Amino acid sequence: MSKLGEVISRNEESIRAEWMKHMTASVLRADLMSKVELEEQSKALLNAIARGVSSGQEDPTGPSWSGARELLQDISASRARQGFTPSETASFVLSLKQPLFSSIRRELPGSQDEMFDALWKCTVLLDKLSLITVETFMATREELISRQQQELLELSTPVVKLWDGILALPIIGTLDSSRTQVVMEELLQTVVATNSKFAIIDITGVPTVDTLVAQHLLKTITAARLMGAECIISGVRPQIAQTIVHLGINLEDVITKAKLADAFALALQKSGRAVVRSSAATNGSAQIIPAGPKEV
Amino acid sequence: MERIPILRMGPFLLITIQVDMHDKLAMQLQDDVAQRISEWGSAGVLIDISSLEIVDSFIGRMLANIAAMSRVLGADTVVVGMQPAVAITLVELGMSLPGVRTALNVESGMELLYGTQGISLGAAHDRSEI
Amino acid sequence: MLRMTVVKSEQLPLQSSTDVVAARQRVRQIATELRFSLVDQTKLVTAASELARNALDHGGGGQMSIEVVNGLARTGLKLVFEDRGPGIPDIQAALKDGFTTGSGMGLGLGGSKRLVNEFAIESEVGKGTKVTVVRWK
Repeated sequence: MSKLGEVISRNEESIRAEWMKHMTASVLRADLMSKVELEEQSKALLNAIARGVSSGQEDPTGPSWSGARELLQDISASRARQGFTPSETASFVLSLKQPLFSSIRRELPGSQDEMFDALWKCTVLLDKLSLITVETFMATREELISRQQQELLELSTPVVKLWDGILALPIIGTLDSSRTQVVMEELLQTVVATNSKFAIIDITGVPTVDTLVAQHLLKTITAARLMGAECIISGVRPQIAQTIVHLGINLEDVITKAKLADAFALALQKSGRAVVRSSAATNGSAQIIPAGPKEV
Repeated sequence: MERIPILRMGPFLLITIQVDMHDKLAMQLQDDVAQRISEWGSAGVLIDISSLEIVDSFIGRMLANIAAMSRVLGADTVVVGMQPAVAITLVELGMSLPGVRTALNVESGMELLYGTQGISLGAAHDRSEI
Repeated sequence: MLRMTVVKSEQLPLQSSTDVVAARQRVRQIATELRFSLVDQTKLVTAASELARNALDHGGGGQMSIEVVNGLARTGLKLVFEDRGPGIPDIQAALKDGFTTGSGMGLGLGGSKRLVNEFAIESEVGKGTKVTVVRWK
């Protein structure tokens, strides 16, 4: 390692110049980064690598390399955010091989063993560093994507007011835990805003109801209950009913109806209203009127 | 020490919690409620938590305790006005407050209490004279 | 835990029940400044309340540190609760839910875990307990 260290420290400036020259257009990406920025990053990284190498520690995951690692992680994360590809980002590190190899060949012409040793250590080092780069890149991308997914979810759960004090929430698609969070928020906020005592959760559009989905539904129902609103589940298909029984899911405290219309009629009844046909003089339409005591 | 005020509204007690309670205050409230129910022969307790931005497991248990204790003393409890964020958090925490009745606001909470006590809205005064 | 850099850091004592209230109010303040959504704030503050209370009631008192942290592509709030109490002999058992029984060690631990994005706990019997949680914006 010490030979490699000597080579780097003696030639840092020229290595960097050669590195910049050899960085192809694809590494530079003038549309995403200025040449000045790239030069600064190269200088800082080469410096950090020089220090790591001169510490004598060969493994870049060791403590003497923490400065270089952090710098590399920052560079990689910012590349990911800026829109570079993983290859472009890794190439930044890998393109350092050529100038380093040239310097090694120039500086250690005497012993073939020494040169081979230095070349080998150099290539292993840069390979490991570029792997760190790629891993950080992937992790950054994942964080970005999960944030975007969250934002998308918030757009896809409409809550509809069916009548005074009665809401409907049709769920289309699978109900996973992040969707449930969004559903709960939308529903509960609408409950408060419209002062609704009943919420009909229609699951016609939910393909499967397994234990997890049932748990998510129960969470939503419990949260609504804590606020003073009652949920009715509608749109329970025969297969779903079978699955629920089969899995032993306990829906004792939950009112379920096969059809949304039945759930609506029930909610009306519970809120002390009935649907009656109005007089023959009109076109025979129906009205919803208060009737009977409200269920408390 | 400061205490959460308990107001008497006919046959019922009205408690509006507006401060971020520390544990001792919560315990004091439990004691005070029991005291008042006995003293005034109250038939119901309405706890308004619409100003509470946090309900953790301690406060949750306090609410459940008040409901249980009041029942033993012959009164019904309704908790009203839980904020959506609070409800979502409580559920995630694992608390569902099974023995506690809830309503959207004070008005619906009162309706609930009148209903369960078999008192019609116009006859509140008669009942309290019994 | 994933890589994070600390941007700002504060420490608060947890020696009394008013300290617990002060601690959760401070978390609320910082979360508001950082513009966390209301639900995320409420979850974090509630978790802070649970863990602060644990440190006080079961740990004999301790402290909480609040750190604003930067992840790779997001900002978050990291809370660390430390006490030099008796420690938790069986962490796995403590993480299981046992609320409705209304008593016992580690109440609020399992629940708190669900309220945050990252959760880590170290505990040694006779030495103390340290709980670290992070909520991303």
